[in-house]
Amino acid sequence: MRQKLVRVLGGVAALALAVGGAAACKSDSGSEASGDACGFKIVFFGALTGSDAALGINENNGVKLALDKYNKENKDCEVTLLPLDSQGSPDQAPQLAQQAIDDEKVLGVVGPAFSGESEAANPLFSEAGLVHITASATRPSLSEQGWKTFFRSVGNDNAQGPAAAKYIKDELKADKVFVIDDQSAYGAGLADEVKKALGSAVIGTDKVQGGGKQTEFSGTVTKVKSSGATAVFFGGYYTEGGLIRKALTNAGVKATLIGADGMKDPAFIDGASDAAAEGTIFTCPCLPPAEVKGTFAADYKAMYGTDPGTYSDNAYDAANILLAGIKAGKNTRADMLAFVKGYTGEGVVGSYKFTDKGELDPSAVQIWAYKVEKGQIVPVKRVPLA
Amino acid sequence: MNVDGLISNFGELTTTGLTVGAIYALVALGYTLVYGVLRLINFAHSEVFITGAYAALFTWAAFGLTGNSRVSGVGSIVFYLLVAMLVAALASATVATVIERVAYRPLRKRNAPPLAFLITAIGASIVISEAFGVYTRRLSRGAPAVVPSEPLFRIGNVGISWVELLIVGSALVMMVGLDQFINRSRVGRGIRAVSQDPNTAALMGVNKDRIIMMVFIAGGLMAGVAGVLYNVRIGALAYSVGFLLGLKAFTAAVLGGIGNLRGALLGGLLLGLTENYASGLFGAQWKDLTAFVVLVVLLMFRPTGLLGESLGRARA
Repeated sequence: MRQKLVRVLGGVAALALAVGGAAACKSDSGSEASGDACGFKIVFFGALTGSDAALGINENNGVKLALDKYNKENKDCEVTLLPLDSQGSPDQAPQLAQQAIDDEKVLGVVGPAFSGESEAANPLFSEAGLVHITASATRPSLSEQGWKTFFRSVGNDNAQGPAAAKYIKDELKADKVFVIDDQSAYGAGLADEVKKALGSAVIGTDKVQGGGKQTEFSGTVTKVKSSGATAVFFGGYYTEGGLIRKALTNAGVKATLIGADGMKDPAFIDGASDAAAEGTIFTCPCLPPAEVKGTFAADYKAMYGTDPGTYSDNAYDAANILLAGIKAGKNTRADMLAFVKGYTGEGVVGSYKFTDKGELDPSAVQIWAYKVEKGQIVPVKRVPLA
Repeated sequence: MNVDGLISNFGELTTTGLTVGAIYALVALGYTLVYGVLRLINFAHSEVFITGAYAALFTWAAFGLTGNSRVSGVGSIVFYLLVAMLVAALASATVATVIERVAYRPLRKRNAPPLAFLITAIGASIVISEAFGVYTRRLSRGAPAVVPSEPLFRIGNVGISWVELLIVGSALVMMVGLDQFINRSRVGRGIRAVSQDPNTAALMGVNKDRIIMMVFIAGGLMAGVAGVLYNVRIGALAYSVGFLLGLKAFTAAVLGGIGNLRGALLGGLLLGLTENYASGLFGAQWKDLTAFVVLVVLLMFRPTGLLGESLGRARA
């Protein structure tokens, strides 16, 4: 009886493999038939699952919207999206980068979304000459590594860190600040910028583990509590940020928590709960929805049923830069790289032009402060750059 | 090194360390029980814990409590806690039973080598945690504030809250109950007999399969309660948190002496305290490193753990 069952199961498995294989073959031959000058792909590279996935999904949705629009206007020569899910982990990044590089139809990449995975993947892209525009990896040193293919469509933490410090000093008037980071390329880098700018107002620091690895922060909370800080800056992502805010509030710490773009997501409020999250400040080199031009916000909502998230708009613009290249007939990676290098144009966020290191032209960088109010993230004001 | 920080925060680091340690200890019991009887590490036990934690969240959600809810009033607090503990303990025990039936019993019947058990257990662990990951779209979920976290009274400058009392208290109660069960009841005698000498126990009329099942169920009940307490303490749950917590609990079991119930309690509390003191002294980035250095050094001098390896020989 049991042997029979095993045989039946085995047979089903074999059948499934055969069907799957046939389906795979079919789709392969389909892409070959579409000809040489068409069938190009754009990669989105970032976390689509894992503890920080909300940030990646925001961007992937922005890219998808851009492609959707493009394909409606160019039905004869559609561009497909190849999403590569890094789970936000530098360990996964090189293998995925290789996958993008090996696919000859890929002409450009939007991402990698996080700084840590950028450090792991970008050397491979640079070697292969595959252009990549990140809409959210803000660690300043990314542009200093000599990668030929690196572009950043957003301001970096050299702008964001001092702006956060300025907000803490000028708006919160806090002179006792505790700085925590998650030891990631992004979080630690940002925390260092904030510490530098705050100077002697920093009365204590601690480091936690990011990537969903740590959930218990009692040692850190105790230190914050006994330091008497009136403001706490956290360099890291929303998962740990939310848990830290909750743990602080539960321990009776009323200090305002300040975070940055990696923490600015509704999932932060879900993790912390509305009551604990109230009053939390985020700085972000991203515009409030009302400042974004055109029909972007409405189109996004029509497609996904939700408002655009942090960096959905920047990713949309980054994808459009690549699509403009394809439209202009840049069919090789070398042509595409040259095209992005020389690109000047308007997106929904603002105007784009890159420095020779691939940074967004400084005049286009804006930093905004946001605040949690009654379970919603609302813009407060634009923070002037020092 | 921040010795002043450690000294001035010693009280609070101790209370929070004990709280975390109590949760480790409850999960550690599951490892220790199974090891005591089967001489195998049940690596799927971390997912038995996660199942309990999710069962508690879903139960609260069924009563309309979300991550933003606050429960007040003694009656409703007790009600929500008890219901969640009951459901979580049952869910965890069920999953533990299923793991035993699917990943252990068939292999045992075929006299599989110990490595095969290790792999089926790791397999079961990954299957369960990934299933929760897919179901929750890998997002973390907030837990309602069922128990108030405000300080209830103060000892010196250290506030003690209901959360801390509840966690340490229920861990102790569960632990004493289990200890009594193993040492006094008929089934407990069977468990001790099988753990001392399975073949002789079988000759004496002890049903080994039933005893093994009971051990998994008892470990599951403890893990389910630990899941509720975890939600009360941390206030948010993600599918992936079982792995590290399971590893810590396993460490606690080895530290106290695997196969030894009281050792699991001692090991759990000690690990929680070591982690907290280390993060106070060197910074939170050093806490895991310090905890494991302590473990290795301790095992160098006491290879069987602090209290030694003895489920069978545990004295009442």
